[in-house]
Amino acid sequence: MAVATKAASGPTVLEEKEMLISGSEAVAEALTLADIDVVTAYPIRPYDTVMQAIAKKIANGKLIAEYIVAEGEHSQFEIVKHASAVGARVFCGSSGVGWAYAMECLVVTPALRIPMIALVGNRALDDPGAFGVEHNDALFVRDLGWLLVWIDTSQEALDTTLIAYRVAEDRRVFLPIAISADGAFLTHSQALTRVPPREWVDKFLPPYSRGDLQLHPDNPITVAPQVNEDWVIEIRRQNNAATERAYTVIEEAYADFRRVFGRGPENPWFEEYMTEDAEVILMGMGTLSLPVKVAIRKMRGEGKKVGLIRLRWFRPFPYQQLARAFRKVKAIGVIDRDYSFGSPFGSGVVATEVRAALYNAEHRPPLIGFICGLGGREVTLEDVYKATDICFAAAKAGRAEQATCWLGVRE
Amino acid sequence: MAHLVCEVVYRGIFQKNLASRITRGIVLSARKAGRWGIAFGRYGDSPQRNGVPAKDFAIVADTKEELEQHMARYEPKELHVTICVDDTLCKGVESWAWYGLQPINRLILPNGHLLVTSTQSAAELLRDTHKKDTPYHLWILPGKASLAGLWVYREDHTEVRVLGALAKIAPQFLSLEAVSEAIREAEWGSDLKVGSARKAYERIEARPVKITEGNPETPYSFELPRWWEMREGVSIPALPIGKPIEGTKGYRPERSQVFKKFSSRTMRPVVDFDTCVKCTLCWLQCPDSCFDVMPDGLYDANMESCCGCGICEAVCPVHDCITMVNEAAFEDNASQWEMWRRDKDAYRVWLGTKIKEKVHVARSHGFRYRGQYEEEMARGEFELGGAPLSDGIPGENAGQKGAKVGEAHSTLSVSIVTGVAEAPGA
Repeated sequence: MAVATKAASGPTVLEEKEMLISGSEAVAEALTLADIDVVTAYPIRPYDTVMQAIAKKIANGKLIAEYIVAEGEHSQFEIVKHASAVGARVFCGSSGVGWAYAMECLVVTPALRIPMIALVGNRALDDPGAFGVEHNDALFVRDLGWLLVWIDTSQEALDTTLIAYRVAEDRRVFLPIAISADGAFLTHSQALTRVPPREWVDKFLPPYSRGDLQLHPDNPITVAPQVNEDWVIEIRRQNNAATERAYTVIEEAYADFRRVFGRGPENPWFEEYMTEDAEVILMGMGTLSLPVKVAIRKMRGEGKKVGLIRLRWFRPFPYQQLARAFRKVKAIGVIDRDYSFGSPFGSGVVATEVRAALYNAEHRPPLIGFICGLGGREVTLEDVYKATDICFAAAKAGRAEQATCWLGVRE
Repeated sequence: MAHLVCEVVYRGIFQKNLASRITRGIVLSARKAGRWGIAFGRYGDSPQRNGVPAKDFAIVADTKEELEQHMARYEPKELHVTICVDDTLCKGVESWAWYGLQPINRLILPNGHLLVTSTQSAAELLRDTHKKDTPYHLWILPGKASLAGLWVYREDHTEVRVLGALAKIAPQFLSLEAVSEAIREAEWGSDLKVGSARKAYERIEARPVKITEGNPETPYSFELPRWWEMREGVSIPALPIGKPIEGTKGYRPERSQVFKKFSSRTMRPVVDFDTCVKCTLCWLQCPDSCFDVMPDGLYDANMESCCGCGICEAVCPVHDCITMVNEAAFEDNASQWEMWRRDKDAYRVWLGTKIKEKVHVARSHGFRYRGQYEEEMARGEFELGGAPLSDGIPGENAGQKGAKVGEAHSTLSVSIVTGVAEAPGA
């Protein structure tokens, strides 16, 4: 009956379907579209929402994949590493100290050039035991060859997951990517999301081919032998070259995404909001963009020329693009949802990176680091107003009185 | 301004503590004359692996600044004295893949010194030691390879005898008096050990080596690939599958061309092909796949890949079919099976010589039965490294075989069977 109806209605028109889903469910939709082969799971909030969403997909027959519940995060990441080495498209993820427990496996994954995609549901590191968002967990691996991207909406969760496979599995890159989603704000809230048809995804995402690096009886190789000092720096140098190539591959992937899906950002690296004429630019990663945008609209109404740069890609770090974006601005305020104790000026990780990125730039405006919203505390409109005022004061003075400010702390 | 750079080339595990005692002794002796010094191991080496060639270094200098100048290198590129504490290392040193075979005298400066503990003659040692394009001096300290490894230290005075010899080789840095004083301090006032050092000092003599002398073979070497030439993903290709040897018969596995490993070998198996029953055990159990299957179904141990572990001998069920023989008894890595096929009578004579002569079946490392150490010490034969050339066979067949080869210990070999003796290769 159904078949007859379908035949009568002529060729199917392919179009996107709108769904009300959380960021985690959006990732599961993307994994189904990408037709992943192996997924490993071990529960920890807030990442566990993703493993539940995938399990449901498999149980409902929407996705055929090996679903392995490991006995801990260490095994979870080891299993997908090996599955990827034999040619499977893989997915896994974790949060907070779970991600920390997998550290040994996370370290070896880039060196072995494994294009693993992991979702990090950002969570404060214990102690104290807490569920809320902090970015320090994903930032553990920032120096190791992992590519790191932060997402903001359910739509971006879906799109970025597809793009991540495309980038990671590109032979020029072959590096793991961790997609960071703010715990609670993104993983546990449902938003209207457009889900593309499978046919479009197939046009965008070619099958994973590991080529001469595939572990297979027809391609006998040894992976990860013990070496001495004659080899290590060359291997690191190769890793660095792959990370450098990722700049090009990421730009290609976003351009192709726009071509196939008819949407997606022009600038893969960061979202710019009202920055065109901005004298002060606030900057941050993840869902804090929402209160910042609302605050900016209010302040614009008061005549304050303030804008936002929401950073998507932290690794590779778009230092050249950022230097260009900041070339006319009078002061920068970087809001870190992380900490880096004992760092230069006591700033957070992103502020420290931006300072380094601008060190050789022609235009070096005053930069203030703000530490805010730790442990999942709300970044309030008042926090943003206060940060903006401090930045305007620095813009007027031509220098930052105080290099780092903590916001929203009981004092 | 003056300085002295020495290296000790030794066998991993077996001689680790010996090497470190020698290099420490050099520094502590030089300190007696107010000099500065440092003793260190080559970190890239793996002294924790049985028999793998490894190096320790000692540098002494008049001033701290001069010492630093020579310490600034990861390891010395040239030096005054090479001390070789196992004469089978004279065949060359290869401690890692892609190192190539490094001649024992490679780093010695023109007119420098090579000191070897050995029971071989200079002529015999020079058959193994590669030719060098500058002259140097060979010094032979009588004695066999001493054991001073991870778990035991055979107190055979090798380290003090080496220091005594060095007092003769480099008296401007290590006077005999300074060496004696340093030994007394380190050895709780042992005059016996000081006596051994003095005796070595008095007896040792230099044998000048001309550039025309030595093993003419060109040691294999490699150029390390550049970073962009290497495979990605920390991966290396597996060795291809091997091929039949003649027509469709026999099988020779492919072997690594960049790591031959035979310089780890202190003993090698010799095979009596006339008694082999083709049981496959040696071929199956060899951890390095070093046996080639010959067209007639016999097994030939390939000497480019054999590490000399002795497992084949231990598992062989036939009496005297496989016998481990000291590496010093051989000049090359030629195929035994080819020799046997060419002339069976000549091979039988050759085989007899190798396995019957006591010097050849002497084990270079380890004790073979409980109480051997005490016996050797009681005899006090320090000139021979404190150890008579003893036989004995590791492994579960030792009782059966030991009775034939080493009759002197036929009763003691029972204790090996009952498990009193140490593990093979200790």
